[in-house]
Amino acid sequence: MAVIEVRDLVYTYPGVSKPSIDGVSLTVEKGEFVLITGPSGCGKTSLCRTFNGLIPHFYQGELKGQILVAGEDVTGRQTFDMAKRVGLVFQNPENQLFALSVEKDVAFGLENLGMSRDEMRKRVDWALNLVGIYDLRERAPHEVSGGQQQRVAIASVLAMQPEIIVLDEPTSFLDPLSAERIFEVIYKLNQEQGITVILVEHRLDLTAKYANHLIVMDKGKICLEGNPHDILCNEDVGNIGVGIPKATLLHKQLKMKGFPVNPKTPLCSDELAAQLLEALSK
Amino acid sequence: MGQNGAGKTSLIKHFNGLLKPSSGIVRVDDIETTKTSVATLAKKVGFVFQNPDNQLFSETVEDEIAFALKNFGFDKETIDKRVTWALEFLSLSQYRKTSPFLLSGGERKRVALASVLAWNPETLVLDEPTIGQDHEQKEKLRQFIIQLQNEKKTVVMVTHDVEFVAECNPRVILMREGKIIADGPSKSILTSPKLLEECSIVLPQITQVFTKLAPIGLPDNIIDVDEAETALIAKAKENRYY
Repeated sequence: MAVIEVRDLVYTYPGVSKPSIDGVSLTVEKGEFVLITGPSGCGKTSLCRTFNGLIPHFYQGELKGQILVAGEDVTGRQTFDMAKRVGLVFQNPENQLFALSVEKDVAFGLENLGMSRDEMRKRVDWALNLVGIYDLRERAPHEVSGGQQQRVAIASVLAMQPEIIVLDEPTSFLDPLSAERIFEVIYKLNQEQGITVILVEHRLDLTAKYANHLIVMDKGKICLEGNPHDILCNEDVGNIGVGIPKATLLHKQLKMKGFPVNPKTPLCSDELAAQLLEALSK
Repeated sequence: MGQNGAGKTSLIKHFNGLLKPSSGIVRVDDIETTKTSVATLAKKVGFVFQNPDNQLFSETVEDEIAFALKNFGFDKETIDKRVTWALEFLSLSQYRKTSPFLLSGGERKRVALASVLAWNPETLVLDEPTIGQDHEQKEKLRQFIIQLQNEKKTVVMVTHDVEFVAECNPRVILMREGKIIADGPSKSILTSPKLLEECSIVLPQITQVFTKLAPIGLPDNIIDVDEAETALIAKAKENRYY
């Protein structure tokens, strides 16, 4: 079942002549883990902003085409209405956080849903523990580090338990191990609870292994789309300027040199190591 | 490199005097930072913040990049030349007259970088320069860092981007809980799983692969794709598979 359908979308920010999204059609099935990548300025963030109606309701501008979320046209719904279905973690956490304490920030969305105090307490603690910042709950969001702010932003979206989570480079300020832990948490929610995940990332070495649907954008358009195993061995990926995981790159080079390795494109070090062990210990 | 909250950003803010030591001494070009002004140090040490939004304020990209040059009293011709160079170098020419706030996250980061590169400081301090940057931009940045090194300039970079570090191959200083816990060439630091784990850093992907191949007699200290290819082909030849 499609949870998101985008048809012939063209979007231009106010006061700008060139469209940021230039003819995008896209279907996201329920429970998919979608990874969107592409050069900076290619329209990834703008596309994310359409999923919960921030475009066009907040950003205004000119929008043509259709965005359907759970069968409903986003342009006909209010952003606060969409927030129950679609949680968006912004690229810059500072644009998202405003409360005087971390836990108040995480509780804010729930308060607006009119949730009971007990249920709110449970959800907030659950979300804080999930991303590992329970200890920070009484700190001011603007005093904690960039990486910790990102975790607060993720927790506040997870607490809402939306059907669809959209994350725009959500771990860019986090150290690699913390980033990996966050991705694992999100992957687990995707696998166990069937939450649809849409993740924007440049660092495919960290994230390609989680995705079953990879979208490569360039200049406001989708130029490649499909299973990451198929897409990442495509010659065009490198030309667009996508950073191919090093394991995938090494596999490609070895294949070209006639090294007897399994032809399936690996997405992470575990997959490549297994292939190489097999090739070398025959 | 080091985990969130290890003190990396606090340390580098001492390099242009934004922070002054509570005790101890920080010298930049033999001058104690407590005895000079940030304005004086800024000309020597260019600082690019982690979050570009903390740095950008002008109405156009062009004004943003020209701001420091004007403050340092360069003449108009030089300012024009340097601004044009920085815009071209960071693929921002098309945004010359655009407000930085209309640009994407990755592009804003490049404007912040351009505004510092423009005055050609002797020392460049970059806090997480690769955030939001695509492969092409990162490769350009790497080439530029190499060029600066050839010009005998100093580059200090804070980053979590292990793969970028593996490509740049610099001296690596690891920090943890406000202290330096290791200092050495990237090839030895990035292939020490224990040290990295203490600092919440993962091994480069190629090193991860070779750690798993060590039991069959391959070296476990490889960080580079080409080096990896050579080692694997040598091993295959030794086994007569190739």
